[in-house]
Amino acid sequence: MTDSPMPAQATTAPTPEVQANLFPFVLQLADTSLILAHRLSEWCGHGPILEQDLAMANIALDLLGEARSYYQYAAELEGKGRTEDDLAYLRSAVEYRNPLLVEQPNGDFAGTIVRQFIYDCFHYHLLLQLKSGPDAHLAAIAEKSVKEAAYHIKWSSEWVIRLGDGTEESRRRVEKAINTLWRYAGELTTPSAAEKALQAAGLVPDYAAIQAQVDAHVARVFEEATLPVPQGVFMQKGGKDGRHSEHLGYLLAELQYLQRTYPGLQW
Amino acid sequence: MSQKEWPLWEVFIRSKQGLDHKHVGSLHAADAEMAIQNARDVYTRRLEGVSIWVVESKHVHASNPDDAAAFYEPANDKIYRHPTFYQVPDSIKHM
Repeated sequence: MTDSPMPAQATTAPTPEVQANLFPFVLQLADTSLILAHRLSEWCGHGPILEQDLAMANIALDLLGEARSYYQYAAELEGKGRTEDDLAYLRSAVEYRNPLLVEQPNGDFAGTIVRQFIYDCFHYHLLLQLKSGPDAHLAAIAEKSVKEAAYHIKWSSEWVIRLGDGTEESRRRVEKAINTLWRYAGELTTPSAAEKALQAAGLVPDYAAIQAQVDAHVARVFEEATLPVPQGVFMQKGGKDGRHSEHLGYLLAELQYLQRTYPGLQW
Repeated sequence: MSQKEWPLWEVFIRSKQGLDHKHVGSLHAADAEMAIQNARDVYTRRLEGVSIWVVESKHVHASNPDDAAAFYEPANDKIYRHPTFYQVPDSIKHM
């Protein structure tokens, strides 16, 4: 073994602007995974069949693990002594940075599938980019999570096909879910102020390129599902800036109840 | 809601150590693709396997327990079918 020094980092030290924007971005990733994990976990014990009950619980656990990694990194970036638990359990709805899509209620099984499909399309393609991005910490989290996301997108895509090209009732339900949820798809690839700054610095991928990959996947799946791809939908946004739908408050009330009522409780 | 049940599938998993697929249980699924995904979710949560086989249960044909005497007992007194029946000469090594 030679004692040659570590190769010099290709990237220079982060500018103050990058540092200021990385925390809200990582927090946004964390909140998004946590809220969607919580929504999926609401199905636990209520799935249409045992096998899908477990599938949703598995995906929820994948997302929860990913959320923890982001929260730990966010806590480190902030450097104010807050822990992952403080970030998850002790922030109010206006401080949450998740896009509106993931806080939408489960609805019926088709609703959950469509919400998951819209998110998986973005999530999977985002992780593919972050995996080879310049931030080593994010790249490591993405490297691990992209394998899970590859399964998620396979699972939700196949269900969209099954429901769309299934029975009259399954098609009616999946179409209704698309009509209700598609308006939340656009926010995923609409960069927040923090994302714009990080895109300029090359830390966050170009969302137009991701949108193109998402569109290609959606077109392929919807064609097989015999579903029309929604056109000209007015896109809602605000979640990434803390302007949420009324649903998030109720979700957080349940998610945070224990730590709010018994601060610091462990078991 | 249709009350029709999805067909039953038998699941076989090959573990990291094993060469053979072992029967681990059964599940319901609409088709083979879904059966494999369901098997992944139900039976490989704890790193049990590296390969999955599924077969629709209706395609498994089983022997009849009533035939047990006719099927298996005749082998009882044919101990010469086991390698242990034969003496290995001392001159043969590495057996």
